[in-house]
Amino acid sequence: MEEIYAKFVSQKISKTRWRPLPPGSLQTAETFATGSWDNEENYVSLWSIGDFGNLDSDGGFEGDHQLLCDIRHHGDVMDLQFFDQERIVTASSTGCVTVFLHHPNNQTLSVNQQWTTAHYHAGPGSPSYSSAPCTGVVCNNPEIVTVGEDGRINLFRADHKEAVRTIDNADSSTLHAVTFLRTPEILTVNSIGQLKIWDFRQQGNEPSQILSLTGDRVPLHCVDRHPNQQHVVATGGQDGMLSIWDVRQGTMPVSLLKAHEAEMWEVHFHPSNPDHLFTCSEDGSLWHWDASTDVPEKSSLFHQGGRSSTFLSHSISNQANVHQSVISSWLSTDPAKDRIEITSLLPSRSLSVNSLDVLGPCLVCGTDAEAIYVTRHLFS
Amino acid sequence: MEELDGEPAVTVIPGVNSKKNQMCFDWGPGEMLVCETSFSKKEKSEMVPSCPFIYIIRKDVDVYSQILRKLFNESHGIFLGLQRIDEELTGKSRKSQLVRVSKNYRSVIRACMEEMHQVAIAAKDPASGRQFSSQVSILSAMELIWNLCEILFIEVAPAGHLLLHLLDWVRLHVCEVDSLSADVLGSENPSNHGSFWNLVTILVLQGRLDEARQMLSKEADASPASAGICRIMGDLMRTMPILSPGNTQTLTELELKWQHWHEECERYLQDSTFATNPHLESLLKIMLGDEAALLEQKELLSNWYHFLVTRLLYSNPTVKPIDLHYYAQSSLDLFLGGESSPEPLDNILLAAFEFDIHQVIKECSIALSNWWFVAHLTDLLDHCKLLQSHNLYFGSNMREFLLLEYASGLFAHPSLWQLGVDYFDYCPKLGRVSLELHIERIPLNTEQKALKVLRICEQRQMTEQVRSICKILAMKAVRNNRLGSALSWSIRAKDAAFATLVSDRFLRDYCERGCFSDLDLIDNLGPAMMLSDRLTFLGKYREFHHMYGEKRFADAASLLLSLMTSRIAPRSFWMTLLTDALPLLEQKQVIFSAEQTYELMQCLEDLTSRRPVRGESDIQQLQDEDIETTKVEMLRLALARNLARAIIREGSLEGS
Repeated sequence: MEEIYAKFVSQKISKTRWRPLPPGSLQTAETFATGSWDNEENYVSLWSIGDFGNLDSDGGFEGDHQLLCDIRHHGDVMDLQFFDQERIVTASSTGCVTVFLHHPNNQTLSVNQQWTTAHYHAGPGSPSYSSAPCTGVVCNNPEIVTVGEDGRINLFRADHKEAVRTIDNADSSTLHAVTFLRTPEILTVNSIGQLKIWDFRQQGNEPSQILSLTGDRVPLHCVDRHPNQQHVVATGGQDGMLSIWDVRQGTMPVSLLKAHEAEMWEVHFHPSNPDHLFTCSEDGSLWHWDASTDVPEKSSLFHQGGRSSTFLSHSISNQANVHQSVISSWLSTDPAKDRIEITSLLPSRSLSVNSLDVLGPCLVCGTDAEAIYVTRHLFS
Repeated sequence: MEELDGEPAVTVIPGVNSKKNQMCFDWGPGEMLVCETSFSKKEKSEMVPSCPFIYIIRKDVDVYSQILRKLFNESHGIFLGLQRIDEELTGKSRKSQLVRVSKNYRSVIRACMEEMHQVAIAAKDPASGRQFSSQVSILSAMELIWNLCEILFIEVAPAGHLLLHLLDWVRLHVCEVDSLSADVLGSENPSNHGSFWNLVTILVLQGRLDEARQMLSKEADASPASAGICRIMGDLMRTMPILSPGNTQTLTELELKWQHWHEECERYLQDSTFATNPHLESLLKIMLGDEAALLEQKELLSNWYHFLVTRLLYSNPTVKPIDLHYYAQSSLDLFLGGESSPEPLDNILLAAFEFDIHQVIKECSIALSNWWFVAHLTDLLDHCKLLQSHNLYFGSNMREFLLLEYASGLFAHPSLWQLGVDYFDYCPKLGRVSLELHIERIPLNTEQKALKVLRICEQRQMTEQVRSICKILAMKAVRNNRLGSALSWSIRAKDAAFATLVSDRFLRDYCERGCFSDLDLIDNLGPAMMLSDRLTFLGKYREFHHMYGEKRFADAASLLLSLMTSRIAPRSFWMTLLTDALPLLEQKQVIFSAEQTYELMQCLEDLTSRRPVRGESDIQQLQDEDIETTKVEMLRLALARNLARAIIREGSLEGS
């Protein structure tokens, strides 16, 4: 982790996301999107990390990321997801959900679709609406699910003007994040420490399952699902704890791991290498959790290594073995902490790291100190 | 009050006619509100239509520059690093740390300057281009001053080394020479280039004698006639004794050698060795430290501090720090020659050469349009233990005063407030109160932002602010009919009164609708339930519903009764509770024991006897009372029947 590039961008970054690679593509990630918050004018921006080893025409340093294009965003960008290669969905503090379209030919962004009052408060007894921030969005082409401070869940479909499904009063407290469990089921986390599973096949506004932290009702801020094992879910809470859940069994987390000193804003399993997990926090730290470091694993890696695509070959030829190890790595209840290796990725901590994203060997994160950090050698 | 250092500048607000109307204003942190009143200036009482606008006047405009934001953010990290430098560190390691910090600050200024320069070049309209260019020159002046302060106050270089640092300083800031050198060397025949001798002279003026020698060898190659004297000059340049960092020779040795070399130069001058070549002759004079010869090169020197350093280099290379101010003053006077008066930058540099730190900071505060520079420089110098004796007449010391000003400016900005927090943290006297006052005034448009503000307060044990922020959020939630959220916030604030209020709303909604909303929250209150009696009641009452639903009737009954007898249930709710007891009383098996039934009856009597007697009543009220009376009658009947059954059962159980 020697090469991590920082760039100050004059806006507080609330979200960073890699653009997904076309299926079957062998290239590495090179474009990411960011959203800003708490500025007088907020922007959604697209950045390129450019060609490696080439000096940019305007004298940019090698590895420095360059702005491709940006567009004004009304309100804070609360969440941001790529819908597909060209489209970006954003959640706004004004309760609006917007789909932006990227035109690669002339490098511009434009508004493609908008649901302006996706989230709102209905005043007591009055028909007047006041907007409520939309806090989370998740996409699974063609569906878009949003959650907000109004405790509402919306299911949109690209190209449909109205919401396909709305669950009013889905939660009495604020919903902080949402993710797909397995279609058509979604998972939400809220500000009283609950994990709720919703099934869109069911009518009514009751969740099909509620899981919760016991006792302290610590708010949960983020959630991510294991890419291969859909019942394994990681959440991050206000006290900086990382919780691993098995949604098939029990209503309590399988393990609670002491992590950051303040709110954990995001947690992500590595999409193709799920023994690795990444978290970032209000305390200004960014951590890499490596659960693949038990001894037999190491040796098998060693024997098969020597090829450039170590991880790939390893996971294909050793499918069963990996499967086993993943289960034990995140779900084992015996002192798992001993076997998880944690590395801090940022040199000095100051202001909050609000967002991170991983894709292949690349990682990007954005902070309140108005810096974007990028590294392209995550596992070197 | 201290006397003013100069007339305050007049700011004209476009669109406001202060001649005609009286103005009114109000101070804010870092900014001011100004508007016209409807009162005329003349004493006549006629009302003049006034300007319908309120103006916000900002002093620290630099905070709003997009590019300078990078300076603020990046230097924030350096500032924090500096505060964490171990106080225990002393001597060399501490000094090298501080020098490193100072260099980091300067590199951030430089990076900003370069970006600003790029923007200025790319600017489309000349007005904004000019604006950016002026920012560039301000940044460059800032870096110049900072660098000099670093040499004089932080590095504290001793005699000999001092001059080497000053030479570096001049080379860094008078950098036209590099492009000129590239230009000359790039031409076909360098020695015939129009600026060839200018370049050589500048190299000599900056003490870059090795490069000057290489240039001269080019001249020697081109014109064999002057090859001889060029070689002599080259030898003089080569043999000039200088102090190199790794050298162990003492200062006296150096002085002796230098004196020797100087005399040798003098001899060449008297022998008129270079008389055939005026360029070389003038170079020799420069190397002899001849003031007149130096002043002839005013154009190439470009400013007085370059003149000062060159003059020292060739007349007194082992100058002591204490003597600097004498040379500085005289160099300034000689260079300006009474033609122009010194500018603010000159005064600041002069003050630095005089080692008058306070004057430097004062002049910078007046001349610069932001607090960033003085705040950070003062803080750094304070860490060098240079400012400790100085106290201001208004409470805190100068470092703290400047940091407070800077941080307040950051808080006035809609998004830089997070940086300000850390600066307040390192102001021991007034930082905390300032933070308390500022933090409450941050607009909270999303819960996420509120959480960030709350985290700041909680880390600093600012309980009062935590409570007030949570209360604001709870009130907002109530207004939006989000009772669950409201309750969560009041639990977080440990605000018992508000929790009671929200609980009452829940109970009222229950009475009206017959069912609870937000069950996911109420059912999971846990220990938070103990916050207020009403909340405890709410939680316990839900527990009763659960037990009833699970058909644990005996447990449910005793819980229900205890809610009343322990007086946790509000009296207004007793009727509802008693009504809830009805189905339990009507069950086939006996649930309430005789004793419990007595207690229930006691509660009912308590309730009915204390019922206020109303004087006049309308039809609606009469109807309500009617229903109430029927309820009471039903309850009495049920209680009596239950009592009878209970007595029989208990009697028969004892008997068997």
